[in-house]
Amino acid sequence: MTVAPVRVPIRGAGGLLRRRGVGWLGFAPFGAYVVLFLGIPGVVAVASGFFAADGSPTLANFSAFTDPTILKDFWNSLWVSALSALLSAVLGALIAWALTSTRPDGFVRASADSASSVLAQFGGVMLAFAWIATIGPEALVTRFLQALLHVDINANGPILYSVPGLLFPYTYFGVPLMVLTFLPALDGLKPQWGEAVATLGGTRRRYWWRIGVPVLAPAFLGSFILLFANAFSSYATAAALIDQGGIVPLAIKQQLTSETIVGVANTAGVLALGMVVIMAVLMSGYALLERRTRRWQR
Amino acid sequence: MQHITTRRRIRAAAAVALSGAMIAALAACSSGGSGSASADVLPKAKAETATSAADFGGMKGLVAAANAEGHLNVITLPPSWANYGKIIAGFEAKYPKIKITSQNPNGSSADEVSAAKAAGTGSNAPDVFDIGTAVLSQNLDLVTPYKVANWSDIPADFKDASGKWYYDYTGLMSIGYDSSKVPAPTSMADLLKPAYKGKVAIKGDPTQANEAASAVYLAALESGGSPTNIQPGIDFFANLKKAGNFISVLPTQATVNSGQTPVVIQWSYNNLAWGPAGGSSANPNWKTLVLPGTAVGSYYNQAINAKAANPAAARLWEEWLYSPEVQNLYLASGAYPATLAAMQKSSTVDPAVLKSVGAPPSSFVQLTSEQATAAAALLKSGWSKAVG
Repeated sequence: MTVAPVRVPIRGAGGLLRRRGVGWLGFAPFGAYVVLFLGIPGVVAVASGFFAADGSPTLANFSAFTDPTILKDFWNSLWVSALSALLSAVLGALIAWALTSTRPDGFVRASADSASSVLAQFGGVMLAFAWIATIGPEALVTRFLQALLHVDINANGPILYSVPGLLFPYTYFGVPLMVLTFLPALDGLKPQWGEAVATLGGTRRRYWWRIGVPVLAPAFLGSFILLFANAFSSYATAAALIDQGGIVPLAIKQQLTSETIVGVANTAGVLALGMVVIMAVLMSGYALLERRTRRWQR
Repeated sequence: MQHITTRRRIRAAAAVALSGAMIAALAACSSGGSGSASADVLPKAKAETATSAADFGGMKGLVAAANAEGHLNVITLPPSWANYGKIIAGFEAKYPKIKITSQNPNGSSADEVSAAKAAGTGSNAPDVFDIGTAVLSQNLDLVTPYKVANWSDIPADFKDASGKWYYDYTGLMSIGYDSSKVPAPTSMADLLKPAYKGKVAIKGDPTQANEAASAVYLAALESGGSPTNIQPGIDFFANLKKAGNFISVLPTQATVNSGQTPVVIQWSYNNLAWGPAGGSSANPNWKTLVLPGTAVGSYYNQAINAKAANPAAARLWEEWLYSPEVQNLYLASGAYPATLAAMQKSSTVDPAVLKSVGAPPSSFVQLTSEQATAAAALLKSGWSKAVG
């Protein structure tokens, strides 16, 4: 009497287990990739911060966090990344919103989509060069403005070769990235919700305040963190534009390659740890927020 | 400390023994194949400890051993730096059986050390270093002694008595400028004038690059400082920044040609290479000014990697570098080679080259190791405040 009902769940569980096993097998290459190229280098880099140049364990490298130069670098990295992420998030969200009014399979949408995919990957030295050729001291737009309006945008020294100047390239790749990540979330807004609000006598503003913003908030914040991380960890563009330090990735380079201040290579590990901690704090803040907002979405 | 050195010594001995065994095995294989392995070629384990050409049975033996290796790994030697393009090409022309691999040409001295540590005894280990004094003095366990044939031509205070390192050349800090874009400066103070707004660059971050730090030393000497007090140099750049004249980008031949960095304070051999002497790819309006008075220089060092992949070729490279032919090539680039005084005495110096570059300065300053350490500490705390 009890045989059949018992056997069924066991068989079911076995099937689930087996399927899970196959699933892990499929995941294994990616897992191995992440461990090899993210996990191990990350651990090695951070661990190096806990050793002195002669290989003995030490906590002395942490004194870097009392160095005003290093603290300024962290502050610069934070505000440049946050501001460029904010600018990109707002501009990108507006563009994505505008795109929702076009036909999903139409020409405008398709070209905006593919342009964003390409531009969001535009980075490194190429991106630096594109900006040097645009608003650098001898660049096209600079010369054009000089000739036409007698305005020199670089009158107080080339803006591009300063920490605030990084806002240009960082926002430049941030906006298309925002469009890419935020557009699917906007597509998730069902037209019926708007109709329901209208039917019940609600205004457009009420619709956005009560439904649109709460539903989109997690996606918006998630995208913002992605943009922040992207700018925060960016190295090559900054290195091509600024050679006198100013942000954390450049400080790490300085510690690793210096030929004037020697024996500080392990401080780089401590700085890397600082960056990891900042990202961890940001991610957990996001997780907390998301747990709250999930309630609204139910 | 003691046990670490002992362990390191044991490890080194093990590595030597292992590589020796591997070479023996390889040699056995290859001699089986071709049957022509020359008997008088020094084995790698012996080559690794050779301290002069005599250990190879003279130059002929050294060349034979280097030819047998067939490779040479050099590191951080940009072709336009101190004529290294021609020096490498000359070596390959003279010893066609040896193929040179030029690793990370734009790297720093610290990059040389990390490359050597990462490669260990691997076949990509750099064989020779062209390295700054500060980095070298922290890594003396990486190098092995060797004395070139004309060792006595190198002045005594230019070399380590045991042969672990030896000066190769120095530039003089100089102001390079584009005469079509800016008026000719006559002093460092001139660069503070409005005519140089947004135009003055140095070769990197002084807390990172020796060449950039040397620009600060020059500024210090020109503004009342001294090798023991470089603060006036940092203050000079703070004023330069305040005037809006200093730019943070790294100047290269490309930024000079496009007019983005019309004034660059750097080694004379680099300024000369970017000017008319540099040929068609250079800027014909690029002028080089070595300020009168005390000149600032900094000799780089040659040294052989103790774990060189090609120990014989490494030693042959050093013999090549100190030959009058290459010393004249250094000189032609505007760098003063280590054996210049001996070459002037023995008239092996190319008189036309010496005339065009100019006689070495009578007053010359190079920061001592202690002075450089003190200067580095000042730069570490003060530089980013000055130009940040």
